Amino acid sequence: MSDTDGAPPLLEMRGVNTHYGAVHILKDVEFSIYPGELVCLLGGNASGKSTTLKTLLGMVAPTTGDVLLNGEIVTDESISYRVERGVTMVPENRRLFKRLSVKDNLELGAFLRSDRSAIDADLERIFEMFPRVKERLSQKAGTLSGGEQQMVAMGRALMSDPKVLLMDEPSMGLAPALVQTNFELIKQIHSQGVAIFVVEQNANMALSIADRGWVLQTGRVVLDDTAEALLANPHLRASYLGET
Amino acid sequence: MSTEDRGPSMSTAFIEEPSDEELPARRMLDQDWRKVFNYGLLLALVLVFVALTNMPVNLDHRMLIEPIFSMGYLSLFWLPAVFGLVVCREPVLAGMPSHAKGSREVLAGSLVGLIGGAGLSVLTFLLDNFNLRDPLVNWSPQLLELLSFQRDTAFGIAIWLPVGLVLGTFGGLAHLLSATVRRMLSWAFASVIAFAIFETVILDLSEGFAWLGAEWLVEELYFIRGGLTMHGAAVLAVVGGLFAAFGRDRAHRAKERFDALEGTSRTRANAIGLLVVAAALVILPLFLGGITNELLANVGLFVLLALGLNIVVGLAGILDLGYVAFFAIGGYTAGILTTTNRGESWPDWMPQFYWGTALVAVVILAALAGLFIGAPVIRMRGDYLAIVTLGFGEIIRLLFLSDWLGGYTGAAQGVTNIPGVQVFGLATVKGTDPRAVFYLVLFFCAIAIYVSWRLERSRLGRAWMAIREDESVAEAMGINTVNAKLMAFVVGAVLASFSGAILAAKVGSVFPNSFIILVSIVILVVVIVGGMGNIAGVIVGSVVLIGILGGPRQPGLLQEFSEYKLLIYGVLLIWMMLKRPEGLVPNVRRTRELHQDEYLQDAWLRGEIDADSEHTDDSHSNGNTGVLPA
Repeated sequence: MSDTDGAPPLLEMRGVNTHYGAVHILKDVEFSIYPGELVCLLGGNASGKSTTLKTLLGMVAPTTGDVLLNGEIVTDESISYRVERGVTMVPENRRLFKRLSVKDNLELGAFLRSDRSAIDADLERIFEMFPRVKERLSQKAGTLSGGEQQMVAMGRALMSDPKVLLMDEPSMGLAPALVQTNFELIKQIHSQGVAIFVVEQNANMALSIADRGWVLQTGRVVLDDTAEALLANPHLRASYLGET
Repeated sequence: MSTEDRGPSMSTAFIEEPSDEELPARRMLDQDWRKVFNYGLLLALVLVFVALTNMPVNLDHRMLIEPIFSMGYLSLFWLPAVFGLVVCREPVLAGMPSHAKGSREVLAGSLVGLIGGAGLSVLTFLLDNFNLRDPLVNWSPQLLELLSFQRDTAFGIAIWLPVGLVLGTFGGLAHLLSATVRRMLSWAFASVIAFAIFETVILDLSEGFAWLGAEWLVEELYFIRGGLTMHGAAVLAVVGGLFAAFGRDRAHRAKERFDALEGTSRTRANAIGLLVVAAALVILPLFLGGITNELLANVGLFVLLALGLNIVVGLAGILDLGYVAFFAIGGYTAGILTTTNRGESWPDWMPQFYWGTALVAVVILAALAGLFIGAPVIRMRGDYLAIVTLGFGEIIRLLFLSDWLGGYTGAAQGVTNIPGVQVFGLATVKGTDPRAVFYLVLFFCAIAIYVSWRLERSRLGRAWMAIREDESVAEAMGINTVNAKLMAFVVGAVLASFSGAILAAKVGSVFPNSFIILVSIVILVVVIVGGMGNIAGVIVGSVVLIGILGGPRQPGLLQEFSEYKLLIYGVLLIWMMLKRPEGLVPNVRRTRELHQDEYLQDAWLRGEIDADSEHTDDSHSNGNTGVLPA
């Protein structure tokens, strides 16, 4: 599309079909994410958004088709293989390790890394971004407020030194005031050069920060355009943005 | 069982300072009648239940204070007092004024005691007039005799009302006492009961310390045929009470000083404490008699098992109900390799191995078994996993019992003639020398404690905890959850197999029915009661459950209770889950987490959390809101 500068896509899906048993979830899904992009995947309930994320990370294996990371086919590689090469997921509802300390949560984000000095440097970077997190370092993650938990979840994901963050419904379960802050956070992380792939139901908000977007309907990509074009698309406005 | 003095202080342990202001006591008849009545009925039911378990009759021969008070009566008497105390207990919230205690509380206690006593009166009447022996096996003339205090039935029916009333009133009166007096009384009571109950072990100890004049003391304290003497009980009560008044504060202050230490001095204090405990464990057994050493050895075997299960359940969060399988594999492997009397299917040329050599095989086999059982099980989660492991635990035992493997394992006859362990030609460790067994167990416990301690702080330990908290997310972090869980199984299996190998040498034989499912359950209860994921807790849990109550086949200190062991385990487990879910030795942080609501409530009452504080934008958006008023 817009990226014709020749660099290979960071993450790519080629003709992916995914089944849960006999149920056909993803149907010939095809798209690519380029380095440093902020793209969003929109879709209603049961449209296959989460499955797309799981397929990208390797928690679900596609029946046919391939997942490519930096141009390399990683369809059969393990999750840890992909995490090590820069794919990290921020799960739905934050899902912190509630009874472990904030420090442990962050360290677990860097589980696959062994370069202690680089890890410590990343920790410092996260404290700079979220000073609140540093104050809460020895506290149990489950005792933090919703906003703080969101910061720790982002921090934990960043600790793996990702090239692309896969975010599953980051605004779900957050108070309206927090949703805004949350998208600011996403923009902030994006500005540091991390590509971001956001799966959202909150289409307005997601499109307002994204470069590009796809719309998934019952497992099929039905729309694929720039964010502005999608925002202007009358069909999308009707079905997702609540306008008639 | 006599925990009445500790009950209230435990559940309010997190609410330290009651308010300065006190509301005036409520009027005597301003009762919550329904609650009083409910507690009374509950007490009556519990008393009748305890009576019908036959506990009073079975324990009646065991005198606590000669000649007036037996353990049988104690099993009934403590209940009305506790219920009388509990009925008027109200949660004390920091900063909130509470009512002063007065005649209202005493009346409630008396009434509860009275209704409870009435329950026993009715039982006495029924015992005399009906024969319900068919459904209720303990419906016996002996019980009637005990309930009527060896007189006629009418006396029995009449006496339980005042007895219940008086005991309940005592419970109610406890509200009126000042904290110090209440503490003194409960300590006095507790020390008499403790010395009476632990008579066997104290007698055993006195032999080791005879050179200190311990024997003279014991002769004064105890009656020849068992039970405390009257003057002995009086002395103990006074000593206990005085300690509560003076010594306890000092102990508390010392503990506070210890807790206040930080950094290197804290580490040093910890190290010294550890050294003292280690030295005591090495030196003390020399002075202990056979009974105590036997108890300690049994406790040690279960510490090993529980530490292993603690890794599986406490750290990795895998609820393994078939853990006994690894204990069995350790016992059988060590037994078969070292005995002269193994199953007939083994070739004749197979040598009799030294125990230490056999241990290598034990470790390898246990690790393989851990992998073998773990691999299919590990892909399951939660309830399914628990049920499947339960099945595997039985499968292993049934295999050892089966015709198929019977030729190798001796089937129902088991493996016998297992020799003791030769230690560098210095000593032979076997069942007849419990002290040597204890040292061997101690050695392996030390290894297990060190391994647990290191693993908890390792990368693997962190992965286990992440899996325990949220397996899918742990997987998304790139943790190889299958490998980590298998490792937990393997480490747990190896620790259990050590215990099994020592058991084989100690007892000299292994049978399939030494490894019933009950063993798994008991180990799990030890871990839960002690405090999951906590090394010290697991050790305390073993001491309390195995040492005092006894293991599945091992007698504990309270041998009289062995028939009621499982009943008490069950009651203890339920009580723990309700009142102290963090276990006997809680991990401080975990306690906070489990009691977080109480903390937040208290903090709010003290005004430390302000609903309109600067956090309004986000801090109340989830979780915490539940306990904060809008």
